[in-house]
Amino acid sequence: MAIVSTNSNISRYGRPVLAWGVALLFFFPIFWMVLTSFKTDADAVKPEFLIWFTPTLDNYLNLTENYDYWRFATNSVITSVCATLFTLVVGIPAAYAMAFNPSRATKDILMWMLSTKMLPAAAVLYPMIFLAKGIGLYDTHVLVITVVSLINLPIAIWMLFTYFKEIPKDIIEAGKMDGVSTWGEVKEILIPLAWGGIASTALLIFIFCWNEAYWTVRLTTIDAATLSKLIEGNRAPEGLFFGRLSAVSTAAVGPIVVLGWFCQKQLVQGLTFGAVK
Amino acid sequence: MGRIVLNNVTKSFGETQVIPPLDLTIEDGEFAVFVGPSGCGKSTLLRMIAGLEELTSGQIEIDGEDVTQVPPSKRGLAMVFQSYALYPHMTVRKNIAFPLRMEGMDQSEIDKKVEAAAKSLNLTDYLDRKPAALSGGQRQRVAIGRAIVRNPSAFLFDEPLSNLDAALRVGMRLEISEMHESMKTTMIYVTHDQVEAMTMADKIVVLQAGVIEQVGTPLELYHTPRNVFVAGFIGSPKMNIFSGSEAKKLGAYTAGIRPEHIDIDLSGGTWKGTVGVAEHLGSDTFVHVHDTGLGDLVTVRIAGDVAVKHGDTIYLTPQMDKIHKFDEQGLRV
Ligand SMILES: Nc1ncnc2c1ncn2[C@@H]1O[C@H](COP(=O)(O)OP(=O)(O)OP(=O)(O)O)[C@@H](O)[C@H]1O
Ligand SMILES: [Mg+2]
Repeated sequence: MAIVSTNSNISRYGRPVLAWGVALLFFFPIFWMVLTSFKTDADAVKPEFLIWFTPTLDNYLNLTENYDYWRFATNSVITSVCATLFTLVVGIPAAYAMAFNPSRATKDILMWMLSTKMLPAAAVLYPMIFLAKGIGLYDTHVLVITVVSLINLPIAIWMLFTYFKEIPKDIIEAGKMDGVSTWGEVKEILIPLAWGGIASTALLIFIFCWNEAYWTVRLTTIDAATLSKLIEGNRAPEGLFFGRLSAVSTAAVGPIVVLGWFCQKQLVQGLTFGAVK
Repeated sequence: MGRIVLNNVTKSFGETQVIPPLDLTIEDGEFAVFVGPSGCGKSTLLRMIAGLEELTSGQIEIDGEDVTQVPPSKRGLAMVFQSYALYPHMTVRKNIAFPLRMEGMDQSEIDKKVEAAAKSLNLTDYLDRKPAALSGGQRQRVAIGRAIVRNPSAFLFDEPLSNLDAALRVGMRLEISEMHESMKTTMIYVTHDQVEAMTMADKIVVLQAGVIEQVGTPLELYHTPRNVFVAGFIGSPKMNIFSGSEAKKLGAYTAGIRPEHIDIDLSGGTWKGTVGVAEHLGSDTFVHVHDTGLGDLVTVRIAGDVAVKHGDTIYLTPQMDKIHKFDEQGLRV
């Protein structure tokens, strides 16, 4: 009896406290960043102004006036939208083939795709840069979109594969009896039935594309540079411009946080892999 | 038209051969039923006819044309699945219209056909519902409707009634039989319910482990089962089958007698036993008898009601002309 009641006390008070603690721990840097973005660079480094300070919009005004924020933002949108579309256009047929016409190699191919995510990006950094420059695509949208799509493709295919697997095989076969073409099968049956899963996948991939920094920073200079590059460019070595850096960062993650907030339900569904029923 | 011929058809999944070489002809307009225990390859065979499963070897002809390499929709067959396999995102109307739309038929023509099918299947009131809002029986009708509108040369059914409750199953069974009577289209029907097989079929194909044990009309199978397996599989309650000395007395290695072909008496008869359970159905009584010296429990079916109860001593006498005799290989002698 005693053990049970202790246990339930712990779970009644302990778990919420722990949960809140962890949540705050994760949230604090973001909160701090947003706060700092409203401070002057001078105030930003003074501990006494941690919470109480005179807010200013200068950092943000500076961002749009002197740092060409909108160009970076436009590039981020172009890259993320195109890369997401490209990922789906390749990923849906691939996942479809593996879910409904599996061969003996299907499992291995899926594992192999996942294994590419285990390769450290740094290992192929220089070959990639030389290649990009060699074929004259360095700092172009085409390159960035291709690279960002390809690194997200394995995850997209895995997710889509999982959703497609949940569609009863009978329904696909009924379609075959009823005379749908392969494309008809995708258009008339697969996409409508897995719509929730496809939307979740698209959303997640979009977020990954938006946040991609390793390659977008290294494969661009100006023309195709995304918001990640803008943040990177403001990372002054002396660490003096914290206010400005925070404003850049807030403005870079802001859109995606808002998007994520509005699509919360879809995202949670997507990440728990149980949307088609 | 719909005469289906299977020539030397085999199927293996990897190393395991599920269907050894098999020949079968289903005549135009015939109602053929595949029965057999679970896992014997009924669905596999049906799916090979449908074109959903590739043949490992052999050949399938429909109306004299080799269709082995022809895709499912070009074989002129319609299939009704056990799970109904309706398109959940489409209304009943769209579900039924789907194969016609895929054929590229005129919308006005489609509407006409869908209305007609819906009327004949009592679905008119449900045309604008999605499948999720239908009962099992209604879903089954939609699946049949989707098959009918295509005007196929043969219908394929894979255990279409097994998800329905008992009462509905009997109703649908009759409806499908009536559909066959009025359309006279070839139907191939898979089931493991031998009552369905007996009541619906023109021709029953009994399968075991991918091998055809016997092909015949329901009554042929009932009266002259070719071997012990068919004898035990067809008929309900099951035939009483015994071997050993009692069988030897009858001049057989194994012998069988159907429950309805045994007479009971309280004072004397061939075999003496004790009543275990007596099931009173009103129209019939099933008496299960222990300790008869035949080995297993013996079941007797008596028309009407008889007053026997647990523990009673009872004498059983088989009707000698109704005894089935089999040799060491289990074949009928
Ligand atoms: N895709 C497959 N891969 C491997 N083996 C399979 C496959 N499909 C079926 N089998 C095997 O083939 C055999 C026949 O299966 P089938 O589904 O035709 O049986 P069935 O007679 O329809 O049984 P049930 O009455 O349970 O539906 C079974 O032993 C099954 O395990
Ligand atoms: Mg089956």
